[in-house]
Amino acid sequence: MAGHIDEKKLFTGALVIIAFATLALVVMPYVQLKNVQAPAELKPYTDQQAHGRKVYMSMGCVYCHSQQPRDAKYAPDDKRGWGRASTAADYAYDTVHLLGTMRTGPDLLNIGARQPSQDWHLGHLYQPRAYMPGSIMPAYPFMFVERKGPAKEGEVVLNLPPAFAKPGITIVATRDALDLVEYLKALDRTYPIKKTIEQSLETAK
Amino acid sequence: MDGTALILLLTFLVSVTGLLVFIWSMSNGFFNTKQSASHIIFGKNEIGLVEDPASNQTSNELQEAAGETDATLTQKELSDRLIADKSSALPTFVCLLTAMCWLIVGSAAAIIASIKLHEPDWLVSQAWLTFGRMRSIHLNAVIYGWASMAGVGVSLWLIPRLLKTPLVGAKFVYWGAIIWHVALMCGVAAIGAGYTDGMEWLEMPWQIDIFIVLGGALMGLPLFLTLANRKVDHLYVSVWYIGAALIWFPILFFIANIPNLHFGVQGAAMNWWYGHNALGLWFTPIGLGAAYYFIPKVLGRPIYSYNLSLLGFWCLAFFYSQVGGHHLIGGPLPTWMVTLSIVQSMMMIIPVFAVAVNHHMTVGGNIKAVIHSPTLRFIVLGSMLYVAASVQGSLEALRSVNVITHFTHYTVAHAHLGMYGFFTLVMFGSIYFIMPRIVDWEWPHPWMISAHFWLVALGFAVYFIGLTTGGWLQGVAMVDATKPFMDSVAVTLPYLKSRSVGGGLMVLGHLIFMIHFILISLRYGTKKEPALLIPKVNIPFIKEAKVVATELKRG
Repeated sequence: MAGHIDEKKLFTGALVIIAFATLALVVMPYVQLKNVQAPAELKPYTDQQAHGRKVYMSMGCVYCHSQQPRDAKYAPDDKRGWGRASTAADYAYDTVHLLGTMRTGPDLLNIGARQPSQDWHLGHLYQPRAYMPGSIMPAYPFMFVERKGPAKEGEVVLNLPPAFAKPGITIVATRDALDLVEYLKALDRTYPIKKTIEQSLETAK
Repeated sequence: MDGTALILLLTFLVSVTGLLVFIWSMSNGFFNTKQSASHIIFGKNEIGLVEDPASNQTSNELQEAAGETDATLTQKELSDRLIADKSSALPTFVCLLTAMCWLIVGSAAAIIASIKLHEPDWLVSQAWLTFGRMRSIHLNAVIYGWASMAGVGVSLWLIPRLLKTPLVGAKFVYWGAIIWHVALMCGVAAIGAGYTDGMEWLEMPWQIDIFIVLGGALMGLPLFLTLANRKVDHLYVSVWYIGAALIWFPILFFIANIPNLHFGVQGAAMNWWYGHNALGLWFTPIGLGAAYYFIPKVLGRPIYSYNLSLLGFWCLAFFYSQVGGHHLIGGPLPTWMVTLSIVQSMMMIIPVFAVAVNHHMTVGGNIKAVIHSPTLRFIVLGSMLYVAASVQGSLEALRSVNVITHFTHYTVAHAHLGMYGFFTLVMFGSIYFIMPRIVDWEWPHPWMISAHFWLVALGFAVYFIGLTTGGWLQGVAMVDATKPFMDSVAVTLPYLKSRSVGGGLMVLGHLIFMIHFILISLRYGTKKEPALLIPKVNIPFIKEAKVVATELKRG
C-alpha cells in the first residue's frame, strides 16, 4: 500500500520521540550525575547495613517513607527535624535509590541521627503503637522470635514499655531485624554540605 | 544566562517548532488527514448504523437514540468484518480471560492493603502479608496482569478491524501470553517472598523481566505482521495510538530493567521516566485508541475532527514522554530536569483538550445513546475521567500545588483516576463490545452489566473523593510545621476507611463482571438469533454472510 508510508511515519516518529525523552530524562542525568563524588563524611554501608537496606527494600518501607528532605525555602521539612535539603552526593552509595514518593510516615534520611537507640527501633518494629500512639505503621512481629525461658548468649532481647511487655515471654530479634536497625541507625546525612547540587556538579567536571 | 534556562528555552523552542511543523504538514496533506479519513472504520454506506453487541439486540432503542437511518452493510463488508473478527477471536479471548483473573487477584491484594492502612495490627504474622508487599503485589497484578493484558487483548481485536485484514501470527500471541503469565506469576511470588528490585513499578526481579520482555514482544508481533498485509489505504488514528504504544513499551521496560546500570539519584530520574511513560506511552495510547474506535463505531458517527485526533496523538507522544520528573519536585535532582517535566506537564493540556473536544463533539450530548449502550456508558465516562485526570495531573505538577499534594494520598487518588477511572473503565466498555463478537453470544444478564457499572462508578466516586480530600488535608497538615507529624496521620484515618468502603464496592463490581464473563464464555442461557452483528440487518442476510465468511476462512 503506497510503500507503507504511514508505517514509516509511525515508526520514525515513535522512535524519535522516545529517544528524545530518554535523552532528557535518562542519558543527560546519567552523564551529569556520574561524576558526583561522595562527601568525605559519608561512609559506604557495612555488610550488615547493606543487608539491612535489602530488608528495608523487601518489606516495602519505601512505599510509606521518603528519604529526601526538601529545601527549607520550599517546604518546612527541616523544621520537622528531617534535616537539610539533600543533594545528589548524599546518595553516592545508594545504588538502588530509595527516595520514595509517600510520607504516610516521616522522612527517614536522617532517622539515625534523630533516633540512635537500637532498643527503640527494635521495639518500634515489633509494635509501633507502643512508642507512637496513633501510628498506622504495620507491626513486624515475624521479624522476632518469641519463646519461654531466658535468652541465649549473644541474642538481643526486646525491652518493651511495661504496658506492652509480655511477662514470661522472651522476644528475641532476628538477624533481619537487627540489620534493618543497623541500616536505620546509619541513615545520617547531618554533616554540613556547603555546595548546592549544581555547584557539586560543577566541581565534578 | 545559565545552563538550566538555556536547556529550558531550547526544549520550549523544539516543542513549539515541532508543533508548528506538524500543523503545517497536516494542512499540506502530508498526513492524509482529510475528514473522510475518519470514515475508514465504517462500511461504504454504514454511517448512521449503530453497533453495540452489548446493548439490547431485540429492541431498537440504541438505533432510535442515534436516529433512524437507511444505512446498511453490503454482504461483502459484513463477511469481511466477520473474517476479521474471527481471526482475532481466540488470541483476544486468551488475553482477556487472563486479564480478568489478574483483576480479581489485584483487587483482593488492594482491599487487603487498603484495610491494613487503618488496621495496622491486622494480618501481621506473615511477611508476605505486610503492607509493603501487599501493595506491590496489587500494583504488579493490576498493571502487568490486568491492564496490560486487557490492553493487548483489546488491541489485538481492534487491529484486524482497523486494517480490514485478518490477524496474522495468532500463534505468537499464545506463546507470548504463556511466557508473560508464567513470568508474572513468578514475579508476584518473588515480591511476596521479599525479592524485589526495589523501585516502584519495577519491583519484579530483572531475571524475570527478561521473560516479560520476550512475552510482550511475541504478543506485539502480530500487529506488525498484520500491518505488513493491510488492505486499508491509510491508518486510522487508533492504529497510530496502538502501534506507537506497542513500539514504546518494550523499549521503556527494557531500558528500565537493565541491571547494574542505573545508580543513586539517576536511578530515581530513570524510575519516573519509566513510571510515567508506562502510563503516558503505554496505557494512555491504548485507552485512547480504543475510545477513538468505539465511540464513533457504537454511534455510527465518524469522529468530529480527524485532524484534531492526529494533532492530539503527536502532542501526547511528545509532551507526555517528558513529564516523569514531576514525581521528584523538591528532590535532589538537577533543577533543569524537574523544570522541564513541569513545563511539559503544562503543555499536556493541548492534547488533552484535543481529546476532550473531539470526544465531546462526537457524542454530541447524545445521553440517550450513552444510556442504551453499555459500551458507551463505560467508555464515555472513562473518557471524561481521562480529561479530569490529565488536567489534575498538570495542576499537580505546579510547585505551589505539589508542595501540598506530593508525598500524600492525594497522589494515590490521582493515580487511580488515571489507571482506573480512565483506563480500566475504557477496557470494561471495550470488553462488553468485544466478547459477544468473540463467542457469538449475547451477554446473558443485562442487569449484571448495570450492577457492574453502578458498583464501580459509585465505589470509585467514594474512593476518589474520600482519598483526595484526605490526601489534601494530610498535605496541609504536613506543611504546617507547628503541628506534630502525627496530626497528618490522624487526619487521614476516616478517609482511609472510606477508601476501603469504596474499594469494596469496586471489588464487588469486579466479581459480578467476572461471573458474567464466565457465563458468556460458556454461552450460558438461550441463544438469541439477532445477537450477531447489527439489528438493522435482517437475519437470513447475516446467515448468508456467515456462510461466506466460513468458506473464505477455509479456502
